[in-house]
Amino acid sequence: MAGQPSPIGQKNKKGQVYTDPWKMMNEAERTPSFFTGSEVIKEAIRRASCDVMIAYPITPQSEAAALIGELFAEGYIGDYFRGESEFAVMSQCAGAAFGGARVFTTTAGPGTMRAMENFPMWAGARLPIQMIVTCRGINSPLSIQPDTLEISYLMQTGMLVWHAETAQDFYDWILKGYMVSEEPDVHLPLALCCDGFFVTHTKDMVDLTPVDMCLPPYDPYRSPVPCMDMECPPVRMMRDPFVMKSNYISYATHASWQQEVWAAVERSRKHAIRWLDGLIDTENTDTDVLVVASGTAVSQSREAIAMLEDEGIQVGLVKVKTLRPWPGEEIREATKHAKHIIVPEFNVAGWLAREVKATIPNNERVHAGPHVCGGMTMPPEIIAAEVKTVLGIKAPSLAGRGG
Amino acid sequence: MSKERIKIAEELFDIMPPEYQDLVKRATFGNEQRGWKDIGNAKELIEEHSLCAGCPESMAFRYILASLPNPEDTVMVGSTGCTSLVFPHVAVHNIHSLFGNQNAIASGLKRALSVRFPGQVKDVVVLAGDGATVDIGLDMTLQAWFRQEKFTTICFDNELYANTGGQESGLMQKGFVAKMAPVGKTFEKVRLPEIARESGCHYVVNCTVSKPNLVEKVIKNAIHIAREIGPTYLQLYTPCILEIGKNSMEGLQEMRDSEKPTERFAYKEYVSEPAKELLAELAAKEKERKAEAKKQLAGQTA
Ligand SMILES: Cc1ncc(C[n+]2csc(CCOP(=O)(O)OP(=O)(O)O)c2C)c(N)n1
Ligand code: SF4
Ligand SMILES: [Mg+2]
Repeated sequence: MAGQPSPIGQKNKKGQVYTDPWKMMNEAERTPSFFTGSEVIKEAIRRASCDVMIAYPITPQSEAAALIGELFAEGYIGDYFRGESEFAVMSQCAGAAFGGARVFTTTAGPGTMRAMENFPMWAGARLPIQMIVTCRGINSPLSIQPDTLEISYLMQTGMLVWHAETAQDFYDWILKGYMVSEEPDVHLPLALCCDGFFVTHTKDMVDLTPVDMCLPPYDPYRSPVPCMDMECPPVRMMRDPFVMKSNYISYATHASWQQEVWAAVERSRKHAIRWLDGLIDTENTDTDVLVVASGTAVSQSREAIAMLEDEGIQVGLVKVKTLRPWPGEEIREATKHAKHIIVPEFNVAGWLAREVKATIPNNERVHAGPHVCGGMTMPPEIIAAEVKTVLGIKAPSLAGRGG
Repeated sequence: MSKERIKIAEELFDIMPPEYQDLVKRATFGNEQRGWKDIGNAKELIEEHSLCAGCPESMAFRYILASLPNPEDTVMVGSTGCTSLVFPHVAVHNIHSLFGNQNAIASGLKRALSVRFPGQVKDVVVLAGDGATVDIGLDMTLQAWFRQEKFTTICFDNELYANTGGQESGLMQKGFVAKMAPVGKTFEKVRLPEIARESGCHYVVNCTVSKPNLVEKVIKNAIHIAREIGPTYLQLYTPCILEIGKNSMEGLQEMRDSEKPTERFAYKEYVSEPAKELLAELAAKEKERKAEAKKQLAGQTA
């Protein structure tokens, strides 16, 4: 119950010490390790003091979800099972979170879409569930390839949505994500997204926090809504079930509830700024041309920028880390000097470019593209070609490459 | 436990809503002998309801809430439908999230409560309509049973989608003419009690809610068995008087007519072997308790 002594310094049943999260993430010694993205998810969850993880197979997150099963078998997680579908899994996650558990799950592409009805419900019920989304195509014909289209749907659910670039982001943000989404003035679910395969299935050096340190357990009573465990009075939450009422009070209740969810997304801003060291990262924003990107597109842009630099063309970079909350102010400031803003994306719709356009003045500066989709990679050359095109420099025809 | 958790600080007692004061003073939280006979003598765990006047669902709710063996440690899970109009008035924690996902919510909830309160009683009870249980939520209903999740599923079977205006449901009788069944339903009422048995439920009952003592018995059995052994299922006929064209006084008679030996809600029960053993144990304990009470009473009067 609330008011119990702090668990910091105590040991869990695996002998890990509940550690002040700020110290654990920012001051504790790190060990460089060579891991796949899936293994990185496992290592972060080993240190996350999770109560319940619910799994369902879908490429490219199946390996991570199965590795967390191993953690359960080793005793690091309270309970773990395979649900029957993503729709059911996300409802099972909700049930566990309603019951006061720290909950973790993973999904991708069609799984995200299958489960979609749950996400606004999670946000409305103020359940701080963390869901890893290893983005993958959702088109027909069937595709298992990387494609970030599903993120655009998640952005309107009232969830926090972050987009990791590297395995290191992923490792840190899983742990920091719980700290942000469990704040009582936030208390919202987090969709922690990455580009499938590029992050999940490649090996990278990642600096891990000590294995004998873990996050303090979740306190379900630090919450804006009561935990459904009958440990607090069974208050009558509404005088009438306003779902069926067609009157002003009913509309006002629903409207203010939605507004409160979005206000909570906004309130997460200050916590995310502190934990992630800002909602965006920037490099050379005084150049005429800027690339604004999120996820793997950031890594590809870095390479393109290095290539252009060799040719004497200076290009700056904005890495967008959080999509919800949306770093509008930060992007306006960072793009203030830019004459051209290139937004490369791994999806056909160009949702990031749309968001940027809606944010900044003189938005004809935004060049939506290049876009790749359906699993195509994004060679740095096509980003460099886009830059040259907007600068009026003749670029070699890419279509002829290899011909 | 008792009423400890709902107690009001003395200084604030008089500013609390009267129904809450009443709950603290007169509800039967923590009383092991609680049952349907408390209705009218103690504060009920349902405040009021916005169902149609005379809807048998309201009787069912009152009997069930009076019969929960441990309301102070029970969390209920509902679904969308006429029942979702009642839950906001119920004084045990209850969850409404989506339509049809009730057994998935309950699976996650029960596991979370088991992780957080090991060795403690925390009962989970699902209560949903037939559309929620058999149509849109059937996969989650069955999968929870396959996995042997330890909670009770109650289906308020009114043989149609009442809340959306009387459309065909899987538990509707064959031939019944309804919205979306314009020439009459073409297939048989789904045999969920039998499916429940084959899916691993340890206690299955199909009946009406015409007799409060019967409702009390099956609720207590179902919850005790779910707590100790595995999933249990109750299918209760709560006719939608509005959609079958009955007056508010006619719900009880409709149930009586449909529970006759040859009718579709004649009492049917299945109890698994381990559940039979548990019920026998509980009955023996109850007998002992009564004998003890009698002895004490005799001692007092002697
Ligand atoms: C995903 C979804 N589909 C459809 C609905 C519309 N809907 C609400 S209640 C209901 C019928 C409920 O029927 P039942 O479960 O039998 O409960 P009853 O109202 O008969 O008690 C339907 C179809 C919904 N709320 N959500
Ligand atoms: S519509 Fe039918 S089931 Fe719903 S409250 Fe009215 S009588 Fe009861
Ligand atoms: Mg119904």
